[in-house]
Amino acid sequence: MQALTNRAQQVERKPMSLLERAYLPAIFRGMAITFGHMFKKRPTINYPEVTRPFSPVFRGLHILNRDEEGRENCTACGLCAVACPAEAITMEAAERSAGEEKLYREEKYAAKYEINMLRCIFCGLCEEACPKDAIYLSETFAPANFQRKGFIYGKDDLLIPHPITEPEAHAKAKGGRVSLK
Amino acid sequence: MLLSIGLPLIIEKLVLIVVVVMSSLVIAMYATFAERKVAAIMQDRRGPNRAGPFGLLQPLADGLKLFFKEEIIPNLSSKLLFILGPCLAMLTAMMTGAVIPWGDKVHFFGRDISLQIADVNIGILYVFGVVSLGVYGIMIGSWASNNKFSLMGGLRAASQIISYELAMGIALIALLMTTGTLSLKEIVQQQQEHWYSWNIIKQPLGFLIFLICAFAECNRTPFDLPEAENELIGGYHTEYSSMKLGFFLFAEYINMFLSSSVMVSLFFGGYDIPFVNDASLAESIGTNWVALIHTAVFLFKAACFLFLFMWVRWTIPRFRYDQLMNLGWKILIPLALINMLATGAFILLQQNNWHF
Repeated sequence: MQALTNRAQQVERKPMSLLERAYLPAIFRGMAITFGHMFKKRPTINYPEVTRPFSPVFRGLHILNRDEEGRENCTACGLCAVACPAEAITMEAAERSAGEEKLYREEKYAAKYEINMLRCIFCGLCEEACPKDAIYLSETFAPANFQRKGFIYGKDDLLIPHPITEPEAHAKAKGGRVSLK
Repeated sequence: MLLSIGLPLIIEKLVLIVVVVMSSLVIAMYATFAERKVAAIMQDRRGPNRAGPFGLLQPLADGLKLFFKEEIIPNLSSKLLFILGPCLAMLTAMMTGAVIPWGDKVHFFGRDISLQIADVNIGILYVFGVVSLGVYGIMIGSWASNNKFSLMGGLRAASQIISYELAMGIALIALLMTTGTLSLKEIVQQQQEHWYSWNIIKQPLGFLIFLICAFAECNRTPFDLPEAENELIGGYHTEYSSMKLGFFLFAEYINMFLSSSVMVSLFFGGYDIPFVNDASLAESIGTNWVALIHTAVFLFKAACFLFLFMWVRWTIPRFRYDQLMNLGWKILIPLALINMLATGAFILLQQNNWHF
């Protein structure tokens, strides 16, 4: 039969020589190989202690942004919810009352803002749709949970830590790669 | 007086027995850990590293798991034998340690205490007897399980151990012809004189045969047909669970450690420190310190053998059953016989001052 590729090799079926039948040389060769593997670099990463760096375009968990004074950016315009192909985002708007200027940047804010992380496909269209730079995808991902309702992230899960009162947590949540305008 | 058994002697031996049994259990425990680690690093993995620092508590976790597992005794099994099997396997595994000289002697409370539980003058025969008994644990356990796969495993174990014991015995006869004694202590002492008086130099072929047979006796790869996981679903311990399974698995590691110890005593000078004159060392730093170093050296050599056991396990695939039998009967036994005859001829010539 014509071989399809030139990689095919004829199997040798001649009887083994005495040296081959003694098995020991082959065994020693095999043992040298396994011994050599003891000094090879292991590709495994000790996960919780060491993490693999994310790619620069990684889209992880959502974060609701604050401005540099710590006021929430989101105005509950609903563009992200409209843009969302998975319909994972729901929100309820509320009007800012007097005395809340330090909390919310504009007169309208999101009283309730929920993302269902089971529905979310992390496409990042909400990030693109947002006119206020209020939502972006961070470098972390949703941890496991025991219940479905645990995957519905409310405002307290999503909101970035306050940049003035908790600068370290804020910097960590902000991550290294996102440039906030 | 020959039979002056006093209370101090009994206490001394009891302490020694407890120490030897406990330490072989601990060593076997950490051998399971080492096995997993060695397997991992040979396969470019990391191995258990979560329980405690470097995963050192892993054997405890494994043991705890085995203890808490449900203990199942099959309805149609023969209950007494089913329980007896693992007990016997464990018992015979532990018994070998009695005649192995772990060190020379220590001097405590004005007594010279030999670091050997029993210096039987037929020590090596005792080892042989106990090792042959070891297969009974497997056979009884497998028979009592009332399971075809178990029975197959038991049959394989029995025929394999019987076949390889022959070659092992004959290889040993050649060694005993050169040493002229059956006492392990004396065999070790003979090897202490020079670095070249280790029996491995005198009996390299005998050692090779003995090593291969030791692998077979311990049911280690490439001779692990009795428990071949992928053919016999675990072989003789298919029906076992919980600590009874643990006993079987544990007995294998104890067997491994003790056969390493036997090989070290027989062929690698036992507790002899290489290139060091032990007698002059004892004078300069004291008997007890030398005994400590001796034991450490002995354990180090045994650990090297344990590593060899694991190294081979993670390198060589299992033999087919006919290959196993061919190797045993057609290669190892004739080779051992030739070795024996050659050794005999050599000794005769030597005694005859090299005249024919």
